[in-house]
Amino acid sequence: MFVVQIENLSFAYEKDLILEDINLTVEEKDFLAIIGPNGGGKSTLLKLMLGILKPKKGSIQVLGKAASKNPSHVGYVPQNTNVNTDFPIKVIEVVLMGHVGAKNPLFGYGKDEIACAMGALSQVGMQEYAQSKIGSLSGGQRQRVMIARALCAHPKILLLDEPTSSIDIKGQKEIYELLKLLNQSITIIVVSHDISVILEYANKAAHINKRLSYHDISNKKETFHTHNEGEHFCEVELLQMLGSEGCNTCEHEEESKWRETK
Amino acid sequence: MIEALSFEFIQHALIAGILVSFAAGIIGSLIVVNRMVFLAGGIAHASYGGIGLAVFFGLPIFLGASVFAVGSALLIASLTLRKRHRIDTFIGLIWAVGMAIGVIFIDLTPGYNVDMMSYLFGSILAVSTEDLYFMGTLLAVILFVMIFWYRDILAVSYDSEYAALRGVHVRFFYTLILILAALTVVVSIKVVGLILVIAMLTIPVYIAEKLSHSLFSMMFLSGLIATLFTLVGLWFSYTYNLTSGASIILISAASLGAFLLFYRGK
Repeated sequence: MFVVQIENLSFAYEKDLILEDINLTVEEKDFLAIIGPNGGGKSTLLKLMLGILKPKKGSIQVLGKAASKNPSHVGYVPQNTNVNTDFPIKVIEVVLMGHVGAKNPLFGYGKDEIACAMGALSQVGMQEYAQSKIGSLSGGQRQRVMIARALCAHPKILLLDEPTSSIDIKGQKEIYELLKLLNQSITIIVVSHDISVILEYANKAAHINKRLSYHDISNKKETFHTHNEGEHFCEVELLQMLGSEGCNTCEHEEESKWRETK
Repeated sequence: MIEALSFEFIQHALIAGILVSFAAGIIGSLIVVNRMVFLAGGIAHASYGGIGLAVFFGLPIFLGASVFAVGSALLIASLTLRKRHRIDTFIGLIWAVGMAIGVIFIDLTPGYNVDMMSYLFGSILAVSTEDLYFMGTLLAVILFVMIFWYRDILAVSYDSEYAALRGVHVRFFYTLILILAALTVVVSIKVVGLILVIAMLTIPVYIAEKLSHSLFSMMFLSGLIATLFTLVGLWFSYTYNLTSGASIILISAASLGAFLLFYRGK
């Protein structure tokens, strides 16, 4: 069974198509990176998988059901975790928000819920911060808390939208190492701009710019590693490598032309 | 000062001050964390329309103001949920139109018999027993809502998108917060008046926010701080024979200034 199965999917907010004829399958324990230009439809695709948005055409199945039918098995880490940092809320309370299932209806939280939330926090190495105010954490720590919130529901898939966009380089690496660890038991789908980092960890990549081009990059890492200093690649180079495999969106061509003239 | 406590109107003023301060502390916290301060200001001013209508039709003032304020809150809620980027325009509109309706209806009322200034700037020394019942009931309702739905309200306030994903009915809670805010504004009119109410909803909350680790402690602390300001403001107003609402607000503002100096200096 595929974890995510998207067939002939199209989507538009108003008239213009944001996503057109998307086909994508994600297998269990994949680590899929969704890359592409701003406004290319990356976050939109994520929201379709979450069931927040409904497709115009085609179908999207998550864990064998329609996307909106199983929120409890899909963990979500939204973009912009640096907003609302003045909010008076403890780390543990943020994590508890992710808990699904029987709720203690009155004031306060059940023992099992707290145990579950603490478990999620220790998975991301943040248990000692449980009683801290969320605003007192660094960007990277806050992102871990948001991952813990998603883990609190024991998801089978974890969707992350730009998880490292406002974190320093060291924090970014830590987040990806954490995701790699979680990937041993959970399927991970990450929307990201930093392609160079993602290629270290992802086994599949999907480039989205209205249309989707899909790449299995699990056996390609060696190729990348032989390339000079190792860790970082220029985006254009990477896109060209991927592009040579038939990734024919006009963006790439423009970019490579630009590179040649330079 | 002690002999003043034997007067019934002073006793009423103190009880009203405490009830309203706690309601304002709890609801003010929600308004501030949800970035709804300007919304509450709009509802406060619009409720003047309800006062005008109540005066014209000879209805109880609280009733008129409550119905009108809740109506404005519902209107704002439905507009915000549909056209979020236009919300400041709508608030400004409701703010002014509500007041204009109030002014016109008071013009139309034969024989000028009500002191309208008392609604604009408060009249805590004229709190009736019925007023106290109304305030007490509202505080009870607010406490009930908070005890019953604390987690959902916390989730909606902190991250509404995620709350929606987890099946929390964001629209319902957003509207509920606005309705409670409207009713709190109406009871605060007695204490500080509808022009000054916004300060009562924000100054204690601002101080409490800096000292709190959770929404619950922020609400509780805001209530305590608001009570303190109200009582000190009342004493000040009694001693120097000044308008009570304005005294409460200036005591609050001065305390906020002192607090910030101390807080920064630390």
